[in-house]
Amino acid sequence: MNKKLMGVLLVATLIAGLVAGCGKKDEKAIYFLNFKPEIAEVYEKIAKDYEAETGVKVKVVTAAAGTYETKLKSEISKSDAPTIFQINGPVGYEAWKDYTLDLKDTKLYSYLTDKSLAVTSGDGVYGIPYVVEGYGIIYNDAIMKKYFSLADKAVSISSTSEINNYATLKAVVEDMTAKKDQLGIKGVFSSTSLAAGEQWRWQSHLANLPLFYEFKDNTAYDNTILAGLASDEISFKYGDNFKNVFDLYTNNSVSNKSMLGSKTVADSMAEFALGQSAMVQNGNWAWSQINGVDGNVVKSEDIKFMPIYTGVPGEEKQGLAVGTENYFAINGKVSAEKQQESIAFLEWLFSSEKGKSYITNDLGFIAPFNTFTDAEKPADPLAKEVSNWMEKDVSSVVWTFAAFPSEDFKNYFGDALLEYAQGNKTWDEVVTIVKDSWKSEKAKAK
Amino acid sequence: MPTILAFLIAFVIPFVMGIYLSLTEFTTVTDAKWVGFSNYAKAFSNQEFLNALWFTVRFSVISVISINVFAFIFAMLLTRKLRGTNVFRTIFFMPNLIGGIVLGYIWQLIINGILNNYEVTLTSSATYGFWGLVVLMNWQLIGYMMIIYIAGIQNVPKDIVEAAKIDGASRSKILRNVTLPLVMPSITICLFLTVSNSFKLFDQNLALTAGAPSKQSAMLALDIFNTFYGKSGYEGVGQAKAVVFFVLVASIALIQLVLTRRKEVEN
Repeated sequence: MNKKLMGVLLVATLIAGLVAGCGKKDEKAIYFLNFKPEIAEVYEKIAKDYEAETGVKVKVVTAAAGTYETKLKSEISKSDAPTIFQINGPVGYEAWKDYTLDLKDTKLYSYLTDKSLAVTSGDGVYGIPYVVEGYGIIYNDAIMKKYFSLADKAVSISSTSEINNYATLKAVVEDMTAKKDQLGIKGVFSSTSLAAGEQWRWQSHLANLPLFYEFKDNTAYDNTILAGLASDEISFKYGDNFKNVFDLYTNNSVSNKSMLGSKTVADSMAEFALGQSAMVQNGNWAWSQINGVDGNVVKSEDIKFMPIYTGVPGEEKQGLAVGTENYFAINGKVSAEKQQESIAFLEWLFSSEKGKSYITNDLGFIAPFNTFTDAEKPADPLAKEVSNWMEKDVSSVVWTFAAFPSEDFKNYFGDALLEYAQGNKTWDEVVTIVKDSWKSEKAKAK
Repeated sequence: MPTILAFLIAFVIPFVMGIYLSLTEFTTVTDAKWVGFSNYAKAFSNQEFLNALWFTVRFSVISVISINVFAFIFAMLLTRKLRGTNVFRTIFFMPNLIGGIVLGYIWQLIINGILNNYEVTLTSSATYGFWGLVVLMNWQLIGYMMIIYIAGIQNVPKDIVEAAKIDGASRSKILRNVTLPLVMPSITICLFLTVSNSFKLFDQNLALTAGAPSKQSAMLALDIFNTFYGKSGYEGVGQAKAVVFFVLVASIALIQLVLTRRKEVEN
């Protein structure tokens, strides 16, 4: 009897738990699924302020680094699904198009300075970019100045701003490696991080350059992303340019090539911040990371950007790689009321004084909206550098990696790079892997 | 009745849904589209899956043997009347209390620290990952299996052993003809636990190598995870792999149970 009662009780609690879990509906709440772990705390603050101002509760959930897609997949099938989430451009839109709401008629869309930045399909607008970012080679100007003041430097130029192609860059870097003891550095470049999940600077960002040039040669499309999306195969025509700069990174690095499989992005940013290296390839988001390292010796006015030169003809006119892969999307499957609340929240964030101050001062976003005046642009050195480079007489490299067929493609690329660095694969094998996996991943997506 | 209900909710329904989903294409469980057996075809034509399968089989064979041999040896030593046996038993058991992810990262540091001296890392070759995993699993499971063997060995009646001694049987004879048959139930349990644990190993694999280099050290569970989350539109294939995985683990475990059960004797 007792046993039976226990059993009934157990099942009853189990069911009660299930029902409670499913049945809880909070109609008013906005659920914001955040993509960037490094800024999670700021969003928590924004949510609190917004609730104090309007009474609407904003729930912020942040996915851990590299797990955003996983998190989104599990969260969106819940009854309390995210109302605001992020898609990574046209490819992300393909995966989530059943869930994205058309934002054509929102004020948020009308704020965009350049409407062509949005993710569109037919007449609809499904993703609104909220931050533009730039990446290139970050360098420590103090070390560079020290180098250029050396009496026995092997190059004829006398400042970093004169580096405008691969040949010059290579000459400078190799000479700096030879004189690294005089300069007080361990290597010119920070470690090329190739640990699992830490390869994105190479398999996405650096890989962007050769493929950008390849798709640019395809004149049938006016946009390299669209050209990339339409290509079932690639010839990896500028593969040697990739090899040029990748070899330059690994040959003149702080750490030995065979150790790269255990290095992380945080390691290499720390090396830069501690003055052990003079250069590191990364984007303006790395400022907070450089600034946050204990014992940081780099002064903020010494942190500068230069484009990634790979030896493509005409690259003297090449700028930083500027773009975005972060687009807000509104969940089209939640109630209309929630959708409106969510849109209102985003509009508040990008047009109210308070919201804009968060965007500029706390998040350091270069927001592509016309609601921001010049005085409201971020003040951190790298963001300023990106703005400067965008105003120079150079053309920015488009973030073409939005057209890469899948995460798997990038990972095959990154894994091959690791094996190449460790000496287990030849460069030709890497090229074959890149071409084959592009083809097979494209075929799978059909 | 309550048991059946709980069993239905917690096991049968998810299981049946899993099999159904393996025959569909889906992004979230609510929008599945029927595609029949094509997911299974894709799974088996996938070189990574076959690699992972082969890696898992090799890993399981080696770790099942080494874990059980060492666990049994330790159990024999620690059932002697030695000083401090209880302390040692506790120490050997402790690794089992640490979670797999933590263990993976700790061993990654240790192994990379050693390999550092030779200018290589765990990711240099799948062989390092393989032996790293074997060492890790041994370290984690030997203590647990040892406890089970100790319980078995202590249950061997003293009078039988004494009788054998008086009859003049050597130590190895006693071990082979008296102890081993009588601890057969423990062996059944330990083999079952090690086989199933080795086959479904996931967190240690993820933390230690995450499949590097180039997925060569990925085991089945990690491969399934990667398929499921790596590419949208491939969730069904991941699900199909998971069903294959289930059938495989279940049948190996069952065969092993039947085989060792047969060898058990009453004392």
